[in-house]
Amino acid sequence: MYVAVKGGEAAINNAHELLADRRRGDRSLPSVTIGQIIEQLGLAVDRVMAEASLYDRALAALAVRQSRGDLIEAIFLLRAYRTTLPRFGASVPLDTATMKVERRISATYKDLPGGQLLGPTFDYTHRLLDPSLLTDEPVDEPKRKDASDERIMRVSDILAHEGLIEPDGEFPADHLAGDLTREPMEFPMSRDLRLQALARGDEGFLLALGYSTQRGYGRNHPFVGEIRIGEVEVEMEVAELGFAVSLGRIRVTECQMVNQFKGSSKAPPQFTRGYGLVFGQSERKAMSMSLVDRALRAEELGEDITAPAQDEEFVISHSDNVQATGFVEHLKLPHYVDFQAELALVRKMRADIEAARNSGKDLQEAAE
Amino acid sequence: MDPAKQIEASEETAGRRRAASLLARAKTVELNTAWEELPTKPDVKPVRGPETGLVMVRGRIGGGGAPFNLGEATVTRATVLLASGTAGHAQALGTDKENVRLAAVFDALWQEAETRAFVEAALLAPIETRIAAEDRQKAEETAATRVDFFTMVRGED
Repeated sequence: MYVAVKGGEAAINNAHELLADRRRGDRSLPSVTIGQIIEQLGLAVDRVMAEASLYDRALAALAVRQSRGDLIEAIFLLRAYRTTLPRFGASVPLDTATMKVERRISATYKDLPGGQLLGPTFDYTHRLLDPSLLTDEPVDEPKRKDASDERIMRVSDILAHEGLIEPDGEFPADHLAGDLTREPMEFPMSRDLRLQALARGDEGFLLALGYSTQRGYGRNHPFVGEIRIGEVEVEMEVAELGFAVSLGRIRVTECQMVNQFKGSSKAPPQFTRGYGLVFGQSERKAMSMSLVDRALRAEELGEDITAPAQDEEFVISHSDNVQATGFVEHLKLPHYVDFQAELALVRKMRADIEAARNSGKDLQEAAE
Repeated sequence: MDPAKQIEASEETAGRRRAASLLARAKTVELNTAWEELPTKPDVKPVRGPETGLVMVRGRIGGGGAPFNLGEATVTRATVLLASGTAGHAQALGTDKENVRLAAVFDALWQEAETRAFVEAALLAPIETRIAAEDRQKAEETAATRVDFFTMVRGED
């Protein structure tokens, strides 16, 4: 039964005014601008875009500012915003082979076409707090070197050349890429749908699951074949023109995980693969995604499903942090009537036990 | 279609694709400058938009396999009609409606023989030059972070 209760309007309004005040903080300090968030907190912006599943740096920066830096709140805001927009269509699939590479590393080959390009990485820093950032010291322009026009070859293509690795995942020609935002979730799920869910999944959740596979819960012997970060062209068919045109570029991170072998009586052993592709610069997420993608292929590859990371329904049902925060946080909303019922129940149970004790009956019997 | 016409059509398509790609990357200042420099301002009627919506960005499994839906991006598009009857279309990532409306005007002007050279020189060429310079700078900055391995000689022999 629902009982209509009114009240709290003034309190709610005042709470939101207070939120606006605390968001602004000390007025003697300058307010942070959207441009500053995009430029100086770019990886927070990237995370919001990836997990909101909406690429728009300015709107993501606005969400970060509005949420006071609470990134899951920011992701929620951007997700909510996307529902107000119509969809014009789907892009031509991104061609990450033609990426304008800003970072590219491989842990499987030292010398490979295109080389190891470190790019703007936290790797090899000493993780010491830098006091120079307490003030606004000038920063040097980065060094430059002649760039070669050498094609930055995919590591998977190098291995594929010898037939040592399974091909990129294929589906029958009539398979249409599924869309989680349009169809209800059903299990078992095809790999394309899983990748869509993982691409928008919570970084922390996927990181923990990826880590669990390394610690032995669904071990799959991974090597980072390649990580590449950079901008790719987004093209879309335009009906009025009758051909695809570029809409601009987006930055993505791609991870090709190379895993231990699968062979059969018919096919010789080959390396298997996990794939990660994420909006923005986020290699922790792309790596975690590729580990979990590989773990979730257990059934397809004839492996025993023994660990959480291999359990498709468990992983995919709990990877979305907007859904998760909605259900967890709803617990703080008024449950007054529910709770009254529980109160009445526990009082009755106690009264029954009391009555039984007074009449000398067996306590165990009364409790049951 | 006879082969000569086919080649002409495919060249026209390639030209339009290039113009559309460059217009999608145009900055407000570049569009405004070109508009101000335009000798005769055309009569422009809006046909559709500018309107903002979403494009579902697709990736490929393993980089080159079957397509999957990666996530959406904001996109803004506009269609305009010049008094001459030429329609212009523009579409670009993001939510900048005025930019895209102006880009659609220039798409129409690019299609007209009298103004194509102007659009090329005043707008497309500067955008192309800027993008090439930005790409070159990034590539050189990245190249400076390329690892040069060397072998350490250890032991006596």
